Amino acid sequence: MRKDYNLEKRKFVIGGFIVVVVVIYLWKLFDLQIADDKYREIAVSNARSTKVTHPSRGQIYDRNGKLVVYNEPAYDLVLVPKDVHEFDTTTMCKILQLKREDFDLLWKNMSDPKKNKNYSATTAQPLVQNLDSITYGRLQEILYRFPGFDISQRIIRRYNYVAAANILGDIREVNAEDIERDSDNYYMPGDFTGDLGIEKSYEKYLRGVKGKEILIRDATGKIMGRYNDGKDDVAPIAGKDLQMSIDIDLQLFGEKLMRGKRGAIVAIEPKTGEVLALVTSPTYDPSLLVGKDRGKNYSRLVSDPSKPLFDRAIMAAYPPGSTFKPTQGLIFKQEGIIDNNTSYPCTGGYVNKGLKIGCHGHGSPISLQPAIATSCNGYFCWGLYYMLNNKKYGGLEKSFTVWKDYMVSMGYGYKLNIDLPGESRGFIPNYQFYNKMIGKDKWGANSIISIAIGQGEIMSTPLQIANLSATIANRGYYITPHVVKQIRDVGISKTFTEQHHTKINPAYYNDIAGGMRMAVVGGTCKGANLPGLDVCGKTGTVQNPHGRDHSVFMGFAPKDDPKIAICVYVENAGFGAQVAVPLGAMVLERYLRGASEEIESRATKWSDSWLEDAATVVEQDQEELNTGKRDTIPSKSTASAKHGGDDNLPATQWPQEKAILSSPTRFMSRDGIFKG
Amino acid sequence: MAYSRDNNNNNNESNRLLAAVDWFTVLIYIVLVIAGAFSIYAATTSSTSQTSMFDLDTFAGKQIMWIGLSFAIGFSLLLIDRRLYEAYAYPIYAIMIIVLIVTIFVSPNIKGSHSWLKFGAFSIQPAEFAKTATALALAKLFSTYGFQLKGWRTYIVPVGIILLPVLCILLERETGSALVYFSLIFVLYREGMNGFVLFATLCAVTYFVLVLKFAGTLIMGIPLGNFIVLTCIMVFIVLMLLVYCRSLILGRNVTIGYIVCALLAWGLSAMGVHINGYAFFFTVIPLSIIYLLIGMFRDDLNKVLTTVIFAVVSIIFMFSVNIVFNHVLAPHQQNRINIALGIEEDLKGKGYNVNQSKIAIGSGGVTGKGFLQGTQTKLNYVPEQHTDFIFCTIGEEQGFVGTTAVLLLFLTLILRVIAIAERQHTTFGRVYAYCVASILIFHLTINIGMVIGLVPVIGIPLPFFSYGGSSLWGFTILLFILLRIDAVRTEYGTW
Repeated sequence: MRKDYNLEKRKFVIGGFIVVVVVIYLWKLFDLQIADDKYREIAVSNARSTKVTHPSRGQIYDRNGKLVVYNEPAYDLVLVPKDVHEFDTTTMCKILQLKREDFDLLWKNMSDPKKNKNYSATTAQPLVQNLDSITYGRLQEILYRFPGFDISQRIIRRYNYVAAANILGDIREVNAEDIERDSDNYYMPGDFTGDLGIEKSYEKYLRGVKGKEILIRDATGKIMGRYNDGKDDVAPIAGKDLQMSIDIDLQLFGEKLMRGKRGAIVAIEPKTGEVLALVTSPTYDPSLLVGKDRGKNYSRLVSDPSKPLFDRAIMAAYPPGSTFKPTQGLIFKQEGIIDNNTSYPCTGGYVNKGLKIGCHGHGSPISLQPAIATSCNGYFCWGLYYMLNNKKYGGLEKSFTVWKDYMVSMGYGYKLNIDLPGESRGFIPNYQFYNKMIGKDKWGANSIISIAIGQGEIMSTPLQIANLSATIANRGYYITPHVVKQIRDVGISKTFTEQHHTKINPAYYNDIAGGMRMAVVGGTCKGANLPGLDVCGKTGTVQNPHGRDHSVFMGFAPKDDPKIAICVYVENAGFGAQVAVPLGAMVLERYLRGASEEIESRATKWSDSWLEDAATVVEQDQEELNTGKRDTIPSKSTASAKHGGDDNLPATQWPQEKAILSSPTRFMSRDGIFKG
Repeated sequence: MAYSRDNNNNNNESNRLLAAVDWFTVLIYIVLVIAGAFSIYAATTSSTSQTSMFDLDTFAGKQIMWIGLSFAIGFSLLLIDRRLYEAYAYPIYAIMIIVLIVTIFVSPNIKGSHSWLKFGAFSIQPAEFAKTATALALAKLFSTYGFQLKGWRTYIVPVGIILLPVLCILLERETGSALVYFSLIFVLYREGMNGFVLFATLCAVTYFVLVLKFAGTLIMGIPLGNFIVLTCIMVFIVLMLLVYCRSLILGRNVTIGYIVCALLAWGLSAMGVHINGYAFFFTVIPLSIIYLLIGMFRDDLNKVLTTVIFAVVSIIFMFSVNIVFNHVLAPHQQNRINIALGIEEDLKGKGYNVNQSKIAIGSGGVTGKGFLQGTQTKLNYVPEQHTDFIFCTIGEEQGFVGTTAVLLLFLTLILRVIAIAERQHTTFGRVYAYCVASILIFHLTINIGMVIGLVPVIGIPLPFFSYGGSSLWGFTILLFILLRIDAVRTEYGTW
């Protein structure tokens, strides 16, 4: 046996080698297992798949507890592209009852980031939406054979009434912009969000709180069970139900009356600011914006020239016409320009320094209440003339600013902030506006005198007019109008209980209310004189460049304990007394006296006969155009005078109004006569 | 003869033999195989259906059966006369080579490899047993009277013995198993091969890794990998002068020269003078070489010349690595190396196994998630987990404590085998024992290095742990023949 001690020492090199290797490996293991936490997190995200569970969306009731909007489940086939391996397309197509080409097309659309803006390989992408229940059942059975695929359940909205589409709004799938803007990080691709109406404005309450389910997922993406027996799962919290302040039956009634017309009805409970009905016409069936055909229907509604998506009740800015006169009376009284005994002359109109604004036959001189009752143009023009030229203000700028501030305090010129999206602010001009429009020092009271009678530059929404009516009913304050009475378990925002007092002494409102009562008893709104209901009202007949006058009615009832304040605005329908007054009267009666077959059939009859007449009017207009008798449709038609037979106020003259410069942006007609 | 005396005193002999067996090694072996069985059970039971560990339809149940049979095989091997191994070493080797060649032609294609022999429902992998045969043949060769590694001619036969099975196994397309035989270079080293060869081999591997791994970043205008390698070369020159040439004066002067130059370069670049890395190294290193060429005549000429040659070859090798890598290796080989070196992240493709394996191990933390609680393991995130990637089950479920324990057990076993080797009275015993140690070193280094992402993916099992009868039996036979040979040493006293 040869023993070489030099060579034996080499055991240290060989042993040393493996010791060094083991030390290096231990160091690496220390780094992997102890120093670095990232692997623990990756293992967790590997093994756990967090599935979001969607809460059911809050349902919507009317003020009397009638269910208006509810939910129905809908099923979509979704997939996470990253987790999808090769799969049996033949079986899939067979179950989905799709041809291979159609399936491929759906697949292409889903995976094309240009078409599917929310595309991401790691989140669930919808492939087929709104599966029927049979397909859903079949798919559920074989889904385990298709890793990466899943069925997502979501809800679709169902409507019990074909009404109130403008108030209810709709829901739609979120887009990339919504997700980006969402500060709560609530939305994920495929989620739904309120798009219009209270679905949008109460989205945060309606949507609820998402829950989550933590599932265990194996390497192939197959779900192996629940993590920790579901103890860490979070149940979703259902969205809050809404109770609207809308009376859905009154809303339906109003929509029936507005059939075939363009315009709006706003009814408010004065004491609470609760909107009882908010009718716009033309409108649409809310179910059109649900489900598969939503996109198609939506673009049809958008391109419809009658703009059914445009909520005229809150978005349209119209000249308020004679409904504006009460505000002027209030300002003049508050400013001491007039008192109860002040009378202004009006023989055929307001005639001052060569300017004439026409009026109609009534006694002269005339004081405030009769002026409201007869809707005298001269009275309010003189009032504004004397106010703006009053030396006590020290100039036009100051006096006009005082005037404007009163208007703003009455809810004009700014949004009222109703709980609906898209409200218009209307328009109340200020001193600078006229400087820009006419020129500094080039204008005076006479140049703008038509604003005293709600024409000229003044614009307001039907909601603002109804709000004025409610303010008069309340004798000096209003509560921001709102369409949701309460959010279940939450109540209501403080902004909808707060009283906004105008800058006018409440006592003066009694005079105005008295004048409006006179108008109903013996003035322009005799058609609204409902026995026992003490209706107060004011008509408006608004000239406009779009054709026949707009017919307006503003009122409330009963006089001393008002339950309802209303504004009816019907575009191009003629005198206020002819269309808006009887229409408003029926709404008041329907609300105050409750439902009855008699009033329903009366409303149907009235509405139908109006539609027939309207058809004849159009024919006549057409005929006259054809025969060359007239080259435009006149702003007032003899045909429309057939309506409201009890209130035929003759037109006296059509003076040229020189002081007001014509401008294409102005709604003001050059015709100086204003009736109402 | 001892043989007949054994027969006569069979009982007495057996008792003496059992007393002589290295029970410490047997104990480590038993701990490892049982831990292996538990790991396989953990790696293969699904979370939904908990089957019994002894169910013969499961991997764990089968492995337990293999373990039982292994114990029988091991015990039988202890009973066979040690001289039979020595006497039949060459015939065993020859038969193994024939079997390997036959396998190439008759084996079915299993994942691209032709290394399995099928006997009905039962199949074995001859390559796992060829290691033992090669170790026996090599031991037999070295124990031949008068055999010594001196001069290159003497290397032909031992290298041939090693390369013959490598060739066969490569033809079976089992690259990993073939590479194992290169670990026998340790045996050659122990038996007299110039240590410089081993050193140069390790240097080459290190350079290769460094150059590729740090090719991306630049320092002083040259790739960081080249910068590190050139610095290493300077360090190696100094170390070789001091340790290998034992020339303290040359070593000291060169060290001082390097340090002065480095400080000068550092100072200049601090002052804003841009110095190119190559310009620096290829000024300093050639200067030191010229100094050494002059100085060697006062010293050990051969050894200093070797040092100089080493430095020059190292530099040439460094530059050729990129050329070889880009133009000689096939794309899939480049890929594997890139992934192992962390240059490329291909987490879905070739890097998937290693990445998931690292996640499994890394998520284990200090004490692990507990037996059968590993999510990566239970949910099948690591492919091949019960075979080549079994170590990550330990990592995930037993944590750093578990991995450390397993590594230390293996380290103890290997060091024990080296100790056994050195206490052998015969060259045959010693060489065989070193073969066992080398094979274990290679398997441990490559398998665990691969699982923790330090070494390219080379599919070889972790001894005693990985699932598979062939692998377990192969290692059992390898180890128990050693134990039988070792048990003889006490008999010398009686002779």
